[in-house]
Amino acid sequence: MAAADVLAFHEFEEATTLLAETPDAATTSQRDALTSREHVAVAVGSGYGAPEVEDEGDKTALLQEEKPQPRFWTFDYYQSFFDVDTSQVLDRIKGSLLPHPGYNFVRHHLRNRPDLYGPFWICATLAFVLAVTGNLTLVLAQRRDSSIHYSPQFHKVTVAGITIYCYAWLVPLALWGFLRWRQGTREHMELYTFLETVCVYGYSLSVFVPTVILWLIPVEWLQWLFGALALALSAAGLVFTLWPVVREDTRLVAAALLSIVVLLHALLALGCKLYFFQPLPLEHVIPAPQATPLSPSILPPTSARSMTTL
Amino acid sequence: MAEAEESSGELETATPRPLFAGLSDISISQDIPIEGEITIPMQGRARELDRSTLNESVRHTIMRDLKAVGKKFMHVLYPRRSNVLLRDWDLWGPLILCVTLALMLQKGSVDGEKDGGPQFAEVFVIVWFGAVTITLNSKLLGGNISFFQSLCVLGYCILPLTVAMLICRLVLLAGQGPINFMIRLFVVVVMFIWSVVASTAFLADSHPPNRKALAVYPVFLFYFVISWMILTFTP
Repeated sequence: MAAADVLAFHEFEEATTLLAETPDAATTSQRDALTSREHVAVAVGSGYGAPEVEDEGDKTALLQEEKPQPRFWTFDYYQSFFDVDTSQVLDRIKGSLLPHPGYNFVRHHLRNRPDLYGPFWICATLAFVLAVTGNLTLVLAQRRDSSIHYSPQFHKVTVAGITIYCYAWLVPLALWGFLRWRQGTREHMELYTFLETVCVYGYSLSVFVPTVILWLIPVEWLQWLFGALALALSAAGLVFTLWPVVREDTRLVAAALLSIVVLLHALLALGCKLYFFQPLPLEHVIPAPQATPLSPSILPPTSARSMTTL
Repeated sequence: MAEAEESSGELETATPRPLFAGLSDISISQDIPIEGEITIPMQGRARELDRSTLNESVRHTIMRDLKAVGKKFMHVLYPRRSNVLLRDWDLWGPLILCVTLALMLQKGSVDGEKDGGPQFAEVFVIVWFGAVTITLNSKLLGGNISFFQSLCVLGYCILPLTVAMLICRLVLLAGQGPINFMIRLFVVVVMFIWSVVASTAFLADSHPPNRKALAVYPVFLFYFVISWMILTFTP
């Protein structure tokens, strides 16, 4: 009957004792294969934290006994982070686009299998889309007002790439480090691994991709509206995911952490909007050679270039 | 051998004797001739191996490589499911295409503006690091294509976009205007679709169907960025 007990669903009392015994059962890490890996979340009322009991103990134990964990300098180690299908990636993107309370992205969608495909390629897409649409707004502005000088502005690709990648990888690192430091004082906090934090941030940036494309519409208040909407969705997803981890800490620390997370996200959105889509007329004045009458041969072609559209 | 035959004949007609009983009567060195020559009688191949490629003329070497590159260009321009690019991969074609594209995309920097088009190094880096990243992504997703085969395919499929760049430069010689832009947009879009279709024709079979889209999307992004660089080029 002992074997049947292991395979059967556990009742809540057993679940709480199990959680107390193995405080790190909620996270995946490369521990011993033989520690039980029941993954249990206990609900406290009808608020945040969905009551779900997942019994993955024997399955993961079997898998771990079969093959040894690959070391971090082998290719197989990184291959385990790309073990996703198309449908899973699309499902995770959908889950980050529509957050709601009690809907923990990490538990519902990642299910302890974080991937690196989503964060990496969503950041790449966002960086390129930012640069391309920023350039497109310049083109459209020049059609309306031909005194603006058009240039491909290729350096913006570099700036966009560095900003987005630094945000999506360094901020989760800082957050993860801070949460681990706070865990030192309390034993019963469920923690996310570094990769799960990176996943949360990476997938939360996915809502900005359609927003940036919609920012092409040259109506100012509409751009601010879309930006606010995207920021609200994205920040809400982050907050709902981080709340179960942070609520066990003191109120002050929890409130400060969540507000810093939302603030950084807002700064990113604002910075992107202002740098890539800023209104142009005063910056791109027709360059100096135009003004000097010393080189008449250069004068007509440059004026022709700036007057006509692309 | 005569004795062996006799003994086997005896085996059949006479009363049953144990098998192979007569073999002990045979002595190897005298009865079974095992002399002969152990050379491979293939005169033709020996003649070929003598003439290694070190002794051939330089023109012959270059023409052989150029013909291989040209054959692969034909396979890119008329994409069908074949594995010519995969079987004998080479990186000469991608290098020629990348250098041509980067030279054509380079702005003359007459104006001395800071925010201009991409420099030679930027185009080079985007093409090669983009191809390496897509290849790594493909391998991490579990694709069964080798590293250099994938680089070869991605590099060769830039050919339609290089042709588009040539056409755009020619069209831009006629001056700028909205019709001019429409023609260039049309040409670049057609060549972009051609590049993506050509590369997926070669790379499609190396992934299981539930991950094909994950492997193809970065290729789409890569060629989209190159098309964007071509479209926004202003002389």
